[in-house]
Amino acid sequence: MDINLTDIWVYLAETPLLWLTLTLAVYLPADWLYRRTNALPLFNPVLLAIIGLVLLLLATGTPYATYFDGAQFVHCLRGPATVALAIPLYTYSATLKRMLVPLVGALLVGAVTGVVSAIGIGQLVGLSDVTLRSLAPKSITTPIAMGISEQVGGLPSLTAVIVILTGIVGATIAQEVLSVTRIRESSIRGFAIGLAAHGIGTARAFQMDAEAGAFSGLAMGLNGAVTAIIVPLIVSLML
Amino acid sequence: MIRALTALLLCQLVGEIVARLLQLPVPGPVIGMLLLWILLLVHGSIPAWLQQTAQTIVQHLSLLFVPAGVGVMVHFSRLQDEWLPILLTLIGSTIITMVVTALTMHVLSLRMNRMQ
Repeated sequence: MDINLTDIWVYLAETPLLWLTLTLAVYLPADWLYRRTNALPLFNPVLLAIIGLVLLLLATGTPYATYFDGAQFVHCLRGPATVALAIPLYTYSATLKRMLVPLVGALLVGAVTGVVSAIGIGQLVGLSDVTLRSLAPKSITTPIAMGISEQVGGLPSLTAVIVILTGIVGATIAQEVLSVTRIRESSIRGFAIGLAAHGIGTARAFQMDAEAGAFSGLAMGLNGAVTAIIVPLIVSLML
Repeated sequence: MIRALTALLLCQLVGEIVARLLQLPVPGPVIGMLLLWILLLVHGSIPAWLQQTAQTIVQHLSLLFVPAGVGVMVHFSRLQDEWLPILLTLIGSTIITMVVTALTMHVLSLRMNRMQ
């Protein structure tokens, strides 16, 4: 009996099916818990699911590469999901048109602030050079951030982790931080969240309301482009 | 659903091709998003078949970041040494970025309104 179970485990552990299924199976209760606690920031579903899965992988001695073989099918949906953000954006086209100038201004100022503040604070608290370089593109979506990290001498895989952490931090504190500014317009709140905390922030913005989500998605896309251009410049000036 | 997925993937594919051809620093999916937005503007409404699938995907955006996030386990040793300064940097920088972005947009939109 025991041997049979081991055999089954050995077989399953090598197929993509197991870790694909477990990624979804761990995410669903995490998401449920988050909704049940009325979006309690520390119960961020991404954070909970990551903790659950890492514990599972460590307990079973499974390497990340084996896990990713299965989980990549979820990972690959980020592309079409980004494209799908055009639909909420379309719904708010009129607001977008009205806000175009403030939006472009906030984009440029925000993008520079994101990179300069990350490197500046990182230097103050004594981060190593390679970590600083990996951290510079932290506010933007993973695929671009990893490419830029490599370009400026960082570790792309560390950047991926830092980007996710930034998203979780941003989603967790967004409500409190923005209430301090007393700005009520959903378009502005959403844009600030998406610019600072990319896709995970955008997921959070959609929970506030659809307009915040739409502008968050737009900010995520635009900031990806601007940050890609400015990181090499700022890194060469500051490091 | 398949129709919607095909449309989304096609937009992404065109986006990837455009990004490579023009050597843009913008990722393919973002160009795909702008392309789909333009197509919707031209079309004048959101087709029902697209709305439903897109809504489902966007609602579960969080899920799509889990696989990359689990990669944290590969960096445990570095994070053990630097986790606190990294976390401080991320929290500080994210607060500053969010506030500066929101205030810039707010001030500019007030100016715009005054000029009109």
